[in-house]
Amino acid sequence: MSADTLTPSTRAASPPSAPRTRRRTPRARRDAVRGWLYASPTALFVVFVFLVPLVLVLQMSASDWPLLAGNRGWNLPQNYIDAVDHRLFWDSIWFTLKYTVVTTVLLIGLGLGLALLVQESTRWKSFLRTSFLVPSALGLASASLLFYVLYSPYAGPFADLMRAWGFTFLGTPEGALWSTVFLIVWRYAGFYMLLMLVGLQAIPDDVYEAARIDGASTWQTFRSITVPLLRPTFALTIVLCVTGSLLAFEQFYILTKGGPDNSTMTIVQLIYNVAFQGQNNLGIAAALSVIVLLALIVINILQLRAFRRADED
Amino acid sequence: MITTRRRGALRAATALVTAGALIGALAACSGTGSTTTPAESIPAEGVDDGSTLTLWTRAPLEKQANLLVDAYNATHENQVELTVVPNDDYVAKVGAAAGSGGLPDLFAADIVYVPNWVEQGLFQDLSTQIDGLDYKDEINKGHLSAGTDADGNEHVLPFVLDLSMLFWNKELFAEAGLDPEKAPATLEEYAEAAKQIQALDKEGVYGTATGLNCGGCLVFTWFPSIWASGEEVLSEDGRESLLANDAAQEVYATWHELWESGAVLPSSQDEAGPTWTAGFTEGNVGLMFYPATLLSSTPFDAGVAGIPGVDGGASTFVGGDGIGVSKDSEQSAQAWNFLTWLMSEEAQVEVLAKNNDVVSRADFADNEYAAQDPRLVTINEVASEGDTPVALNFQQAFNAPGSPWLTLVRNAVLQGTDTVDADNDAITEILAQ
Repeated sequence: MSADTLTPSTRAASPPSAPRTRRRTPRARRDAVRGWLYASPTALFVVFVFLVPLVLVLQMSASDWPLLAGNRGWNLPQNYIDAVDHRLFWDSIWFTLKYTVVTTVLLIGLGLGLALLVQESTRWKSFLRTSFLVPSALGLASASLLFYVLYSPYAGPFADLMRAWGFTFLGTPEGALWSTVFLIVWRYAGFYMLLMLVGLQAIPDDVYEAARIDGASTWQTFRSITVPLLRPTFALTIVLCVTGSLLAFEQFYILTKGGPDNSTMTIVQLIYNVAFQGQNNLGIAAALSVIVLLALIVINILQLRAFRRADED
Repeated sequence: MITTRRRGALRAATALVTAGALIGALAACSGTGSTTTPAESIPAEGVDDGSTLTLWTRAPLEKQANLLVDAYNATHENQVELTVVPNDDYVAKVGAAAGSGGLPDLFAADIVYVPNWVEQGLFQDLSTQIDGLDYKDEINKGHLSAGTDADGNEHVLPFVLDLSMLFWNKELFAEAGLDPEKAPATLEEYAEAAKQIQALDKEGVYGTATGLNCGGCLVFTWFPSIWASGEEVLSEDGRESLLANDAAQEVYATWHELWESGAVLPSSQDEAGPTWTAGFTEGNVGLMFYPATLLSSTPFDAGVAGIPGVDGGASTFVGGDGIGVSKDSEQSAQAWNFLTWLMSEEAQVEVLAKNNDVVSRADFADNEYAAQDPRLVTINEVASEGDTPVALNFQQAFNAPGSPWLTLVRNAVLQGTDTVDADNDAITEILAQ
């Protein structure tokens, strides 16, 4: 190592963006190879699990690809035109957005409410926390099947009442929507409570103490301290909730299959139906998937930007 | 910086090229041809050399498939391995396997899907073998024609026949003052009987039931009323829906009136299929159009008759599954051995008829087991007056969740709207694609 390279004046004299022309030493090359070796298992995982399916779905969306006959060659832009022209495309988007708004508002509100309820130290804290969280341990498909039986006019606990009163849980568009929303709220409220609880506990106690000394009421404390300081938690929960609701499938597949009268057709249920339950057209289904993927990317970017801007303000 | 950028771009390009190559390989592997292998060199009786054959069927036919496979395995060197797939997943599973060249040797398909699957080349051409059967004229014609392509090549034999019949609960009929031994002869009599049973006002008991959110259930049980009235449901080429004709309108009007009167099991409104027969099987429904395959599972004295038309007559939907040798099978001769046995007296009478199922050959209709239960004779007789609709896009138009057929029925029956013509046009639009 020459003395020149260590002198501050020499380093300052070099232009900061000068291209590096120095050849790599054997050691640097060995380090680079070792680095590649360390990274390669993850890189291969990423290629096979993320990149390959993504490229495959892009290829599929650009191809005439009937389920039963395989790839029949390129079909651009017809798949995308057919996807947008599908008679249920706009209805399913509208329903998915409606469902997303309803579940997001309910889950975030209920999650925060439950978190506030179990935050304070009480005799029942552990019992309540566990009770609220237990449904989250159940798989969504299992929970949906459980509710399918619960709502069943034959096997469910309300079967006699349903017969006597002549109503069905899943027989009308409104009933099917709210029955599914109830399942989702039951299944996820505890999970969102947990996220909110983490956010609440990250707020320092002395901030609340200062507010108390200043004579702030409970509502003022909540509005001026809790809500603003929970903003990062709100950002996380809203992104999770919106993304999850926009991709809703299992609950509708099991409970309603998009019915009655296609009134609970989510966009993912529509993709499934186009691929496997009617048109049997993987090309159009893949085109719909790409459209949903792009929409999700845009929505997530907008959400994160909005929250970042709010933080900067 | 420039170097780093170039290197990054190079890496990205390499990754994409690698991924592209992988995709190309995957696509090449998954590519399927639409050609089928004509199995001309197969001996008339097939080959029984101890091979293992794979067979897929859908869950509703599990009982019959198990009985048939067990009987074949007990008497042959070949062994059949049966896979039962949930009904809702069957099309997806067959599609995925067809795309990757992984279909089993033999697979059964709901007969209304068979024309499309034959068209897509999923079954091998068995014309030579089927034409060689000296009892070919006795085999159910609806199933044979569903498996015959535009060039007249035959691909499919009947696996299990399932007919829709009018079933009635004799006990409830007697309680309601109806003759328990006499079937309603017209659709109007059917509606009257349902209302009379409803008038019993027994808790949890309803006049009739159906699956108003289940396209498959509705074609299976309502098309026969139209046929029995002398009308058709589809044009001959299967590309036009005729479900706005007078008989069809009468069918919708009758069911609308039944629904409005409260004589239909309320859960029929959202019944998507899994439990559409449960109310009757539990003894809580007076009469309904019901699958004949459930005859042996009905735990009370039930009467059986053909499905009546508007002014009389009787018909049935000859449903069930057809079975053929898949395009991917390399054991066509062994698979044909199973199929010829399936058509034999041993299978048709000693397995199917013995277990109260309908036979696929007319010459076995009058068998010793049918004679023991007059209801089976009735079912066998009505089978010859039944029909099987043939259309390439049948699933999309009728059976798929949210199909235009479901829209038509729900509008006409539940909402009572005057939209049959427009809804019928929507069905035609899909059939004509």
